[in-house]
Amino acid sequence: MAVEKMSIAKALNESLRKALETDPKVLIMGEDVGKLGGVFRITDGLQKDFGEERVIDTPLAESGIVGTAIGLALRGYRPVVEIQFDGFVFPAYDQIVTQLAKMHARSLGKVKMPVVVRIPYAGGIGAVEHHSESPEALFAHVPGLKVVSPSNPSDAYWMLQQAILSDDPVIFFEPKRRYWDKGEVDIDAIPDSLHAARVAREGADITLAAYGPMVKVCLEAAAAAAEEGKSVEVVDLRSMSPIDFDGLQASVEKTRRLVVVHEAPVFLGTGAEIAARITERCFYHLEAPVLRVGGFHAPYPPARLEDEYLPGLDRVLDAVDRSLAY
Amino acid sequence: MTVESTAARKPRRSSGTKRAAGAASAAKAPAAKAVATAQNAEPQLVQLLTPEGERVSAADNPDAAEFLSFVEDITTEDLRGLYRDMVLTRRFDGEATALQRQGELGLWASLLGQEAAQIGSGRALRDDDYVFPTYREHGVAWCRGVDPTNLLGMFRGVNHGGWDPSTNNFHLYTIVIGSQTLHATGYAMGVAKDGADSAVIAYFGDGASSQGDVAEAFTFSAVYNSPVVFFCQNNQWAISEPTERQMRVPLYQRAQGFGFPGIRVDGNDVLACLAVTRWALERARRGEGPTLVEAFTYRMAAHTTSDDPTKYRRDEETAAWEAKDPILRLKTYLLASGGADEAFFEALEAESEALGKRVREVVRAMPDPDTMAIFENVYADGHALVDEERAQFAAYLASFEEGH
Ligand SMILES: Cc1ncc(C[n+]2csc(CCOP(=O)(O)OP(=O)(O)O)c2C)c(N)n1
Repeated sequence: MAVEKMSIAKALNESLRKALETDPKVLIMGEDVGKLGGVFRITDGLQKDFGEERVIDTPLAESGIVGTAIGLALRGYRPVVEIQFDGFVFPAYDQIVTQLAKMHARSLGKVKMPVVVRIPYAGGIGAVEHHSESPEALFAHVPGLKVVSPSNPSDAYWMLQQAILSDDPVIFFEPKRRYWDKGEVDIDAIPDSLHAARVAREGADITLAAYGPMVKVCLEAAAAAAEEGKSVEVVDLRSMSPIDFDGLQASVEKTRRLVVVHEAPVFLGTGAEIAARITERCFYHLEAPVLRVGGFHAPYPPARLEDEYLPGLDRVLDAVDRSLAY
Repeated sequence: MTVESTAARKPRRSSGTKRAAGAASAAKAPAAKAVATAQNAEPQLVQLLTPEGERVSAADNPDAAEFLSFVEDITTEDLRGLYRDMVLTRRFDGEATALQRQGELGLWASLLGQEAAQIGSGRALRDDDYVFPTYREHGVAWCRGVDPTNLLGMFRGVNHGGWDPSTNNFHLYTIVIGSQTLHATGYAMGVAKDGADSAVIAYFGDGASSQGDVAEAFTFSAVYNSPVVFFCQNNQWAISEPTERQMRVPLYQRAQGFGFPGIRVDGNDVLACLAVTRWALERARRGEGPTLVEAFTYRMAAHTTSDDPTKYRRDEETAAWEAKDPILRLKTYLLASGGADEAFFEALEAESEALGKRVREVVRAMPDPDTMAIFENVYADGHALVDEERAQFAAYLASFEEGH
C-alpha cells in the first residue's frame, strides 16, 4: 500500500502526472500552466517532463481554451483545462454551456466529451475581485455537465483521476484556500464512485452537508459542538451534479435534521435544491426544516470583509442551534 | 494616412529594440518558426527620443517627421513636466510595492518600466476624453488627476475600486482581461451619437489581445467608425507567457484586417507616445474612427507581487531593457540640453519623498469597511432579498453583543 502524506495541491499534481503517464491522449491546457506550473503551481514540473505538446500554454483566451478543448476531444484527446481563477471562467461560459454540455445529446450519444475543466474557486485567500467566487450552481444547473469538488488530498487525487476517465465533461472545482492542507493519499486504493457522498464524521443529532472548502469548517463545528454534548454528523457531498441524495437521505433519516453549508450565495444555490429534495424524501423523518448557511445576495466583498462574509464556525454552529431548537 | 503607409513606417533610428534571441523556442514546425521570427524581428516603431537620450529630428528620420509635428508645441517646461510625472509615478509604484511587502496591501500590479507609455498617452488626453484602464494604469490615473491613494483601496482589499469614474473621466480598473475594450467602444459609440468631439482610449495588454472581447471591440469600433484609441502596452509578457504565445505577427498589424490603422511606437519614449497618441486621438475627433497603438515596452517588475518571474524570465532580457529606461533617457536629454539643472532634480526628489510619505500614511490609516457594507449598493433601487439578509445578519451579529 502506497500511502503518502501530501497537500491537496501536490495530490492534484500527482494525479495529473499519473493521467499523463497512463494515457497519451490526456492533455493539460491553460494559461501559464507550462514553465510557471500554473499560478498555484498545480501543474508544476509537468511540462518539463511531458513536453510542450502535452502540457500546453494557451493564449489568454478562455473561450478559446474550452472551445479548442472541445475540438481536441472530437479528435480523440482528453483535455484537462485549467481556468486560472473562478471569475475568469465566464468568457468560456458560452462554450461550456452551449457546446460542451450539449454535444453528447445533440449527437444522439455518438460524440463523447471527455473534457475536465479545473477551476480554483471560492474565497479565503485575501484576493482582489473575481478571484474568490463560487459559481458551482451556475454549472450544476446545466444538464450535461458533471460538477464536483474535493475537500481533502485523497479525494483531490482520486476524484481528478475519475474525472479524467469520465466520458462526460466534468467541472472540477478546487478549493483554493485548502490547496496547502495536508492529508494521506493512498494511490493504490479503490476509490468510491466519483459522485458518492462520504460521511466525514459520524454523529447522531444533526447532519451538516457541505463540499469543497466548507467541509473543514463543518468538521471544526462538529468538534466544537461535541464539547457541548451535541453529536454532529458531517457529510462531504463531493459532487454537486449529480448529488448523492441516497447517501444524504440515509444520514438525515438517522439524525432527522439537516443544515447545508456552502460559500456560494444561498439564494437559488445548491443548498436550495438539497433542501427541496430532502424535504420531499424525508418529510416524515425531519424534526426541523432544512436550513442553509452560505453567502449573501451580494457581490463577493473586498478582502478585508471576507472573514465576515464567509460562513465560519459561529454561523454554522448558530444554524445547528437553530435546527436543534425546533 | 493609409493603412499601408502606417504599417510600413520604419524610422531609421529605432535602435536596440530587438528581442533577445531564443525567446521563441516554443515553435516546432519550421513554418511556425519563420513566423515567430517575423514577430521578433526589429520592430518598426516610432521613436523621437533615443535610449541614449538624443532627440530624433526630421532630417535624421523623415518617417518621424509627421509625428514631430504633434509635439512641436512641447516646451522645455513641458518636458520637465513629463519627467516629473514619470518620476512621481514610479515613486508611487515603488511605494505600493513596498507596502505590499509590509503586508499593508494584499497585492500590487507594478507599472515599472511602462511609465513613458502611460504618461505619454495620458498627457495626450483632453479633460473631456474618457479612459478605460486595466489594473495597471497608475500613470494614466495620475495624468487624469486621480489621487494615487484612491488606487490602493482595491489592492488593500477595502473596496472594489470605489472612485466615481465620471469625476476624472477615468473608469474603474478592470481585472477581467479585455472586457473594458468593449466598454470603451460602446462609450465611443455614444460619443459619436451625441455629436461630441471627445475621444475614448482603452488600455490593454499584449495578452489581452488574444481575448475574443478585444477582437469584438475592434469589429464594433470599425463598423461604427467609433472615436476610440486602442492603446496596447506590449510589455512582452502575460504573466509567464511571452508574446509568441499570444500572436505570430506584430500586434499593430492586426488593425489592418479590421480596417483601421495600427502603429507601433517606442513605449519607453514618452515623447513618441505623446505624439502618436495625439495623432490617434485627433483622427478619432475628426470622425476617422479607431486606431490601434502598440506601445512596445517591457514589464520590469513581476507581473504582480504574487508572481515569480525567475521561473520563466531570463536576466539578460531584463538587463537589455533596463538600458532603455524611459526615465533615464529623458533625464540624459534634459541634462545634456540644459533643460533642467541639479536644483530641479533635487526639488523633484524632495517632492517624491513627500509623495511616498503621504501614500504610506494614507494607506496605513485606511479603515476597514463596516461589515454591513457587504449589503450596500448591490442594487440602485433596493431589493427585498438583500434587505432581508441584511436584517438577519445584523440580528445575528447583535446576538453576540448580548451574549457576552
Ligand atoms: C479573463 C481573464 N483571464 C485570466 C486572468 C488572469 N490574469 C490576470 S493578468 C493576466 C496576464 C495579462 O497579461 P497582459 O494582457 O499582457 O497584461 P499585463 O498584465 O502584462 O499588463 C492574466 C492571465 C484575468 N485577469 N482575466
